[in-house]
Amino acid sequence: MQTLKLVAVSAGLSSPSSTRLLADRLTQATRYRLAEQEYAVDVEVVELRDLAVDIAHHFVTGFPSEALQGAIDKVTGADGVIAVTPVFTASYSGLFKSFFDLVDPAALTGTPVLLGATGGTARHSLVLDHALRPLFAYLRARISSTAVYAASEDWGSGGDEYTEGLPARITRAGQEFAELIAAAERRAGDGEEELVPFEKQLADLRLD
Amino acid sequence: MQFGIFTVGDVTTDPTTGRTPTEHERIKNTVAIALKAEEVGLDVFATGEHHNPPFVPSSPTTLLGHIAARTENLILSTSTTLITTNDPVKIAEDYATLQHLADGRVDLMMGRGNTGPVYPWFGQDIRQGIPLAIENYALLHKLWREDVVDWEGKFRSALQGFTSTPRPLDGVPPFVWHGSIRSPEIAEQAAYYGDGFFANHIFWPKQHTEKMVRLYRQRYAHYGHGTEEQAIVGLGGQVFMRKNSQDAVREFRPYFDNAPVYGHGPSLEDFSSQTPLTVGSPQEVIERTLSFREYVGDYQRQLFLVDHAGLPLKTVLEQLDILGEEVVPVLRKEFANLRPAGVPATAPLHPAVLASKEV
Repeated sequence: MQTLKLVAVSAGLSSPSSTRLLADRLTQATRYRLAEQEYAVDVEVVELRDLAVDIAHHFVTGFPSEALQGAIDKVTGADGVIAVTPVFTASYSGLFKSFFDLVDPAALTGTPVLLGATGGTARHSLVLDHALRPLFAYLRARISSTAVYAASEDWGSGGDEYTEGLPARITRAGQEFAELIAAAERRAGDGEEELVPFEKQLADLRLD
Repeated sequence: MQFGIFTVGDVTTDPTTGRTPTEHERIKNTVAIALKAEEVGLDVFATGEHHNPPFVPSSPTTLLGHIAARTENLILSTSTTLITTNDPVKIAEDYATLQHLADGRVDLMMGRGNTGPVYPWFGQDIRQGIPLAIENYALLHKLWREDVVDWEGKFRSALQGFTSTPRPLDGVPPFVWHGSIRSPEIAEQAAYYGDGFFANHIFWPKQHTEKMVRLYRQRYAHYGHGTEEQAIVGLGGQVFMRKNSQDAVREFRPYFDNAPVYGHGPSLEDFSSQTPLTVGSPQEVIERTLSFREYVGDYQRQLFLVDHAGLPLKTVLEQLDILGEEVVPVLRKEFANLRPAGVPATAPLHPAVLASKEV
């Protein structure tokens, strides 16, 4: 049975946090669907709050601490990434963006990603499509079609006649994401940087 | 082994007094620092090259030519010479002239430069950084070795029947190092030519240095210049010393906390454990420096950064006294004892320099 690595990145700041809660629910739903398809799933959670100071130091010094490098390696080595942020000032939080600013722009190419966001009111739900989706499109990730927004009120209400409730949205997101992961070709591992022999570098410049 | 200092040439406010030296003071202080390096028995003085404030060394051969006239033994070098944005023809002319004036006491280190706008200011494109470094150096290498050069490349106007003057002193071009932090292409370039490889080393964790030096050594052997152990390696280092470790930390902390490169970031303690920065007693600097050998092998040149972040001239000169009296003599002896036969003690010296030592 093949084991897939699922990594959830949560940018929630409080403890307990509804952002982490949503990340966990999305992870659970995905894992359940993958298990049905005979995949074992290894889940890891990256809590950005614990890395906030290391992230700031990386911007200042130009290199990551061991803990931050470990988190970046987990995310870039994952078979699927669940990325969840609170909405701050009409977008993803600065901490969330800062973390992904430190990931090599090519490192998530082709990686399936499930997006989630939380906020106080449902009026911010388009942040998923106006902020998160373009960010991961730039990173050339494979973005799962259903992204999930959870407003505070969603945690205490069901659906109405027009909209599904939060559990149904999470279930659908998990199902689609599991299919995306299963379909995605396992990417090549993190190999050594390829060395271009010097004759080739010179030849590329068409010297005399 | 050669020991020396390298300067960035920054004009930085002393955070303990709020005083900022003028450009004139900084340039004159740089000369005083170089003369002191010779006086205390160091081997090398290297200057950076920058074309924007708050840095003063935009004209390295003017500075080095002046220092050459006032010293006898010091090897004059660069850290680095911008091979991407300088015209390789002008580098060939300037450094060959310097080599004559300094009676061979010249080598230089090629670097790409990391200030984005410098590229367009000098008519280049930063996205072509590596190809520029490769093509420009290929031309420089040829200009110093062939009397009449016909040449066409991608970045510079063609040359037909061109002779770069003066020819290198006694027909021997200055030795060249290639400096890099994490670009394997540059380690490969240094290895291809059998030139030296200098790892900046400071400001970053040692893993980058270890990886690049290993690659350079392997490729140096691959290209048939010698064994991996014989490849010519240089390292940067950054130190601040006082007799008592606690005094060194107390005095250096405000400079660290406000330094342009890493200030307002991690603590002095964290940065010291993550990078080669050593703030402490002379003995601590000796031990830390000897430990570099454990991950790069026996190497030929160690340059220390001692004059940045607004440190006053007097303090810098005191640092050089400590280096010359207490640190370098011990390091020379220890490194020499550890170095196996067959591994060169220094980068190649110009025959004129060797001859002057034999007299």
